[in-house]
Amino acid sequence: MSARDAILSKIRNQVAGDEDQTARRAAVANRLATAPKGTIPARGQLNTRDRLKLFCQRAEAVSTTTVTVKSYDDVPEAVAEYLRNRNLPQAVRMGDDERLGGADWSKTPALTKDVGPSDGSDLVGLSHATCGVAETGTLVLTSGSQNPTTVNFLPENHIVVIHVSDIAGDYETALDQVRQMNGKGRMPRTVNMVTGPSRSGDIEQKILLGAHGPRSLHIVVVDD
Amino acid sequence: MKITTPEFKSNAVEALKNQTLQKALSHVEEGFIDKRQMAADALPEFETLRDNARDIKNHTLSHLDLYLEAYEEKVIESGGHVHWAQTAEDARNIVLDICRKVGAKTVTKGKSMISEEIGINDFLEGEGIEPIETDLGEYIIQLRNEAPSHIIAPAVHVLKEQVEEDFRATHTHLPEDRNLEEPETLLDEARTVLRQKFLDADVGITGANFLIAETGTSIIVTNEGNGDLTQTLPKVHIVLASLEKITPTLEDVSQILRVLARSATGQDMSVYTTFSTGPRRESDVDGPEEYHVVLLDNGRTNMVGTEFQDMLRCIRCGACMNHCPVYHAVGGHAYGWVYPGPMGAVLTPSLTGVDKGGQLPNASTFCGRCEAVCPMRIPLPKMMRHWREREFERNLNPTAQRFGLKFWAWFAKRPRLYGLGAKIAMRGLAIMAGSKGRLSFMPLGRGWTKYRDMPAPEGKTFQQMWAEKQVGKT
Ligand code: SF4
Repeated sequence: MSARDAILSKIRNQVAGDEDQTARRAAVANRLATAPKGTIPARGQLNTRDRLKLFCQRAEAVSTTTVTVKSYDDVPEAVAEYLRNRNLPQAVRMGDDERLGGADWSKTPALTKDVGPSDGSDLVGLSHATCGVAETGTLVLTSGSQNPTTVNFLPENHIVVIHVSDIAGDYETALDQVRQMNGKGRMPRTVNMVTGPSRSGDIEQKILLGAHGPRSLHIVVVDD
Repeated sequence: MKITTPEFKSNAVEALKNQTLQKALSHVEEGFIDKRQMAADALPEFETLRDNARDIKNHTLSHLDLYLEAYEEKVIESGGHVHWAQTAEDARNIVLDICRKVGAKTVTKGKSMISEEIGINDFLEGEGIEPIETDLGEYIIQLRNEAPSHIIAPAVHVLKEQVEEDFRATHTHLPEDRNLEEPETLLDEARTVLRQKFLDADVGITGANFLIAETGTSIIVTNEGNGDLTQTLPKVHIVLASLEKITPTLEDVSQILRVLARSATGQDMSVYTTFSTGPRRESDVDGPEEYHVVLLDNGRTNMVGTEFQDMLRCIRCGACMNHCPVYHAVGGHAYGWVYPGPMGAVLTPSLTGVDKGGQLPNASTFCGRCEAVCPMRIPLPKMMRHWREREFERNLNPTAQRFGLKFWAWFAKRPRLYGLGAKIAMRGLAIMAGSKGRLSFMPLGRGWTKYRDMPAPEGKTFQQMWAEKQVGKT
């Protein structure tokens, strides 16, 4: 008997010796198909305006900075300003995301954009989030050439653009949006839920920002 | 890893004498307890979510075979591989095989308790493959050649001065006169040293906090980002997971995520919750070309369907040890294997056998704090009692203890005699204590009086007082 079959039949014997297997199979198939929701916290069920407020509030509570702009064409200037304020060179690493690429970059001629995955030599990464979650100020990023995963982790600083309509109240709604991208049961290679810049408490339980991922995280909300 | 669990008593005595350890352990109480309480208080639905989390896992465990099948199908559909391992040895060989096929020289590692359980580091090293721990805590203990002493804070027993010493001894390519006094500079140095290792590694090994049956996804929950670099940069991503990590759907995992970080570190959400499904796709420009999941049993199928099944709900948050007075006093290493604290006291005998791990369930005051904070509502004290009973049944306790219990039981079943005996014993002890009212020596009780005095009994026996209270009650 293969290891697989040995493990599975042992479990079956012990948890459901003489139970009706058809009923068990139906219960499992049903849960996987219907994916019932549990308890959604009240704070995850706010209206659009309050949701945006909570999203920014929760993000700031974990050392993320946020700014709101009126359109995608304002994104380049928001990026340039962030870089200036932090004394960073005017250069970003990014994927080929259409919404970011389609913004009007002519107003920031000094800002260079390198497109493609990061090799670890970039100071700043720029990404577009697939969605966000207000209850904990969490960003949801999905892999692909539009927003390569390495851009989320290798650069020292990470700027993430999100559209206001993609900010969900709760995890369930956000993950369902990811689920809709490729159809039920199919996920992108990587989905990153990101809540704040990277940190570690491994030396004497003192929390320090900037472990292996970005030291700073900045969110630009497009509210048009 | 050598199991020193049978020496728990002497391990504990050593730990209590170790000043450095005692200083480091004070960070456990400061670092975790209040933060958890504040996070739990700030979410009104927290207790309901704990109930839901428990129910989700109970449902999953009673259909575990079927969810595992569904999960496997989805992993394969997304281009990944599932390897079933009945024992630690099987798991080690599977990992080695994958590494050999791609000619791996170095392997980076995200934090994984399963990797500790199967002792993969020593094994790979013996086979000429260099394993590199990348979680800061794991990296520190790898340099020190130690095992983790806490499931989420592996280096909690180490002081920052010791980390400095270890870094100076290992990172000899850096200037000797550099300043490493502050934790910030230590963290920076680790970041720089490990960055190149991430980029050079051939294989990345991570653990998994959850495996999702609906999508064939593995999830890691971390704060540093090292797990993500580990699983994104090398050609091959191997996930080490035990089979009870299965959770049915994205909705189910959302419920459990809400109690995990709050219980563990008091964060509302850990910084990175990362979902991985299969290898990179055509539309991807980064990510691994191969994705393997090693599903480990190693004794867990012995627990399903038994009184120990509840333990398989554990999500490894560490809250039980953070709140355990015994853990606070002796730290994690005294427990002698991979899993310390209350969860270790139940899990270790389950996975290594009661003859090796049977001492641990005795290392409890039954204060019940672990069960009170466990997000999965695991009845830890009850399960420790199960193990104590099994240990007794199997004749594993010392003779004196067994004799003592039998002697006591004989009297306890004869109430009159018991009452009389208690009265006589009380008087005897009171006389021995004299005017001090304290005993510094007690027959058959030297284990107690060696370290502290025993207050002498005064007044009446419990049974006498009880009888008096009952008079007049209907
Ligand atoms: S037993 Fe409960 S409290 Fe302890 S680690 Fe597991 S889930 Fe957390």
